[in-house]
Amino acid sequence: MGWDTRENLDSVLQGRGGIAICNDRSLSPEDLPVALLDWDELGKRFLGICGKENPKHYTRFEKAGILSVYEALKNSSADPADPECTLILSTTKGNVELLDHPDGFDKGRLHLWKSAQVIADFFGIKNTPVVVSNACVSGVAAMLIGRQMISSGPCKYAIVLGVDLLSRFIVSGFQSFLSLSKQACRPFDSERDGLSLGEAAACVILSRLSGGVELLSGSNISGPSRTGEGLLLAIRSTLGGQEIPKLISAHGTATPYNDEMESIAINRAGLSEVPLNSLKGYFGHTLGAAGIVESIINLEAMKQGLFPATRGFSTLGVSRKINVSNETRTGNPDTLLKIASGFGGCNAAALFKLLPWS
Amino acid sequence: MELINNVRIAGGQVHVRGEALFSLAEKDFRSFGRSLYKYLGISYAKFYKMSALSQLGFLASEILLKDHESSGLDPGEVSLVFANSSSSLHSDVIYQESLENKPSPALFVYTLPNIVIGEICIRNGFRGEGVFFIQENFDKEFIFDHAEELISSGRSTLCLAGWLEMDMEGDYLADLSLLI
Repeated sequence: MGWDTRENLDSVLQGRGGIAICNDRSLSPEDLPVALLDWDELGKRFLGICGKENPKHYTRFEKAGILSVYEALKNSSADPADPECTLILSTTKGNVELLDHPDGFDKGRLHLWKSAQVIADFFGIKNTPVVVSNACVSGVAAMLIGRQMISSGPCKYAIVLGVDLLSRFIVSGFQSFLSLSKQACRPFDSERDGLSLGEAAACVILSRLSGGVELLSGSNISGPSRTGEGLLLAIRSTLGGQEIPKLISAHGTATPYNDEMESIAINRAGLSEVPLNSLKGYFGHTLGAAGIVESIINLEAMKQGLFPATRGFSTLGVSRKINVSNETRTGNPDTLLKIASGFGGCNAAALFKLLPWS
Repeated sequence: MELINNVRIAGGQVHVRGEALFSLAEKDFRSFGRSLYKYLGISYAKFYKMSALSQLGFLASEILLKDHESSGLDPGEVSLVFANSSSSLHSDVIYQESLENKPSPALFVYTLPNIVIGEICIRNGFRGEGVFFIQENFDKEFIFDHAEELISSGRSTLCLAGWLEMDMEGDYLADLSLLI
């Protein structure tokens, strides 16, 4: 899809998805539509920035994360060496593929905190990194932790990084749940039959200083429920009963269950008319990166007065009304509600506002 | 913020507010956990399907909440803030080994650390804030600061917070506190 925000946004706005049939039998015993990173190109790009560091000392996961942070820092005044700068890593499985093939790394490298430390050390970040692992809401949860660390004082800059890669471990698990689609996923559509997995690394830098976007509020609710109760509570808590968001970036995985549950929660929150999209049809479900990728793309599109289409959607296939479209919409909305749900009954919501001059 | 209860489970021993509650020469978690479950007189069939990490958190939460008058408590005001070092690696290894045969959804579902939060929420009907951090060592100050933020901001009136570790070798340590 792209190596920086602009390239990714261009792909989305041009309707190009990253999901393609993969016939790599080390990943899946059968052909599978997935959105993979281009690992040859990623290796080259890593060589270009790693200086004297030996690239063999970094796992695939860490290389992807480092490239993403590097790209984000290029467009930011944040100084990673600032004593008040902290890395917050959002991931579900980190280096789990090392269980299958250790690639010369010791078992300790399986620890998520270890990967986070390796990435932080690359940039000379002095504080101990924070790792959030809350299934598929990790990305939204990590941004909210960053917001809290900034508002409560210990942090001037929070570099919030979300990364997850695909491995036999993850693919086989979703296959065992029968939750993968045979085609590129179709969020909220009547023909949807499951999700598509994707790989991504995405980074936002939160700062105490005013930037182009404000993260106004958020909530991270645990409470397994089939009727969307947890998600509804997260939305209500985030909106505080006052603000109606102008746009919604849904989780929209395209599993029958998730999209239906999400439509119920949105309906019960009184947000049926609010324009909504899911970006899973472009990126696939990027797990711990999803909340960050989808927030960035939507907010950057909003800066151009655009709201991306829901790729793969054609006919509404959920029981409650939601305002979803397969076309790019235009306007000047300034607030975005990002929502996500994940295994273990976790739900998260975050409200962003574009500042006028951004 | 006030600490009203604390439970520590490690090496075949259970301590509540520093006092021994239960101990067993058998330290292996699977048999120790089952004995503790029976000792507590709990009847919850799902316990036997849980991963070791979820069983550990479940047992610790049962002890922690046992003496707490939770009737009248808004389930939306109970939050859970946990951390550990090994995430769900203990379950990950078991799932990875199962791949030699047929991938098991019953094992895969436990390959996330936050599942234990969901288990405790289901058991008690909680619907509050929940987050799982991964840290090299228990950073109690960080975890308690996070709990304090939830309580002082009014988003939570009761918080279960602490460390819940089940490492790849099956060594375990629960150190959970009940905070108001």
